Amino acid sequence: MIDARDLTKHYGPVTALKNASFQVNRGEVVGFLGPNGAGKTTTMKILTCFIAPSGGTARIGGADIFEDPIAVREAIGYLPENTPLYTEMLVLEYLDFVGKMRGLRGAGLGARLRRVVEETSLDEVIGKSIGELSKGFRQRVGLAQALIHEPPVLILDEPMSGLDPNQASEIRELIREIGRERTIILSTHNLAEVQVTCGRVLIISQGQLVADDTPEELAARAGKPRFIATLKQNGRSAAEIREAFAVIGDAQSVKEHAGVTPGELQVEVVPKGNQDLRADIFQAAVSAKLVLLGLEQRGENLEDIFRQLTTGDGGASS
Amino acid sequence: MRSILTIGSRQFRSYFNGPVAYIVMCIIMLTLGFFFWKTFFLYGRASAREMFRWLGLILVFALPALTMGLLAEEKRTGTIELLITMPVTEAQVILGKFLGVLGLYAVLLVLTIAYPISVSTLGDLDWGPVWSGYLGLFLQGSAVLAIGLMASSWTSNQLIALFVALTLSVFFWILDKFLALLPTSAASALQWLSFDYHFQSMARGVVDLRDILFFVSVIVFALAVAFRALESRRWS
Repeated sequence: MIDARDLTKHYGPVTALKNASFQVNRGEVVGFLGPNGAGKTTTMKILTCFIAPSGGTARIGGADIFEDPIAVREAIGYLPENTPLYTEMLVLEYLDFVGKMRGLRGAGLGARLRRVVEETSLDEVIGKSIGELSKGFRQRVGLAQALIHEPPVLILDEPMSGLDPNQASEIRELIREIGRERTIILSTHNLAEVQVTCGRVLIISQGQLVADDTPEELAARAGKPRFIATLKQNGRSAAEIREAFAVIGDAQSVKEHAGVTPGELQVEVVPKGNQDLRADIFQAAVSAKLVLLGLEQRGENLEDIFRQLTTGDGGASS
Repeated sequence: MRSILTIGSRQFRSYFNGPVAYIVMCIIMLTLGFFFWKTFFLYGRASAREMFRWLGLILVFALPALTMGLLAEEKRTGTIELLITMPVTEAQVILGKFLGVLGLYAVLLVLTIAYPISVSTLGDLDWGPVWSGYLGLFLQGSAVLAIGLMASSWTSNQLIALFVALTLSVFFWILDKFLALLPTSAASALQWLSFDYHFQSMARGVVDLRDILFFVSVIVFALAVAFRALESRRWS
């Protein structure tokens, strides 16, 4: 659906994007992740034909951004960063304008208007001027205008930024709903967002793509699982408890740290490979007559990977 | 064509949601009324010449206020990004914007018809020069609007757009006022570039194709420059 090849963009002496290539298939929801200034917005502006790349090209639904920008724009619903809308217009008036610009007329336009207003739950503010709306409602108007012509592709630049947690979760829900039938690229620097909403993550740092994977695979790729056992201390020393788990054959390292509540202790066991050590930990606890209060398995979270990719080996400096 | 009309009608209607259009209309009607009636009774003639003399000048100062925000404000707020990423070409955006402000200007001109009508109740008014004068006014105003749109395409600051448009349009209006100081050959060339020179001959009742072509070329030139400026953002 989206096929970007070697996209490069220079702004004067600054290189905002360097040889970025990626594909997005029909129906995928892809998260575009990176620190500010990494090139996310630049990529989106190129895909929507607002700016032209200095090198490389992209095709959207078969149309090339250079050869047929009008067809590309027809296929895309776009929500730019900060949701720029005509604040003096009424919500309905604005959506009507966008519908007409998208070539809708008469009964077809009316039906689409009703549909997007329903989809984005805008009915209560339909007669208000956009300038009066809360950020959350404004964001919905932004999504409604992007959806009005039923585009196969949606490009959303930071759709959740600046929203309070309730608004953000509503918008997230809405995007997930919309994403069932559409190809979506959304940019964000909120990692939790990506884990919840996106099936695939593209991480970009200093103009270069440094990762392209599912959130789960990324997490698995970057780090081994760790096992955290919470134990009742019962007057025993930390070293003693650590010793009890060091006997596990596949354990590479065992660390203890104080538990969240007094009288409890947590032990972190990292396996040599990718082994599941939960049974061994239970056995070790039983044979040392320790009371096991909890046991959990943790992968390295996306945040760690993100930091690693965008500051360490991904880019030259932080 | 449809997109041009859609952009134009949105622009036209948005003027009535803000204060600028009302302020400009009030200023034009009031200053016109002041200058017009102040001198009208001195001549004791039923003619619209006096009105056109003043209106031509007032518009040169007032119209840039209508065009200053056309593109500059869209660039400042970022709405230009949504507009351009709809399935339209840059040319359609420029023409739509121009059409929108032209519509408002046409409304304004229709309002000023109140003056010749009131003159005609006081004496026997020859309507011929009135219509040709209005054609001239429409053309000169359109040229000022096109220059204003061009200035608005160069910046994202409305005040800069206003200032550049004012400077350019006043310059072209004032060009034939200092001709006595210049050698004849230079004088006639400059006179030909002056807005007022072409406009005044139409206000006298002379509709010359050359005058019409002059204004049309200014409009086409200014719109083409605005188009290039808007398009250049893709490659910056």
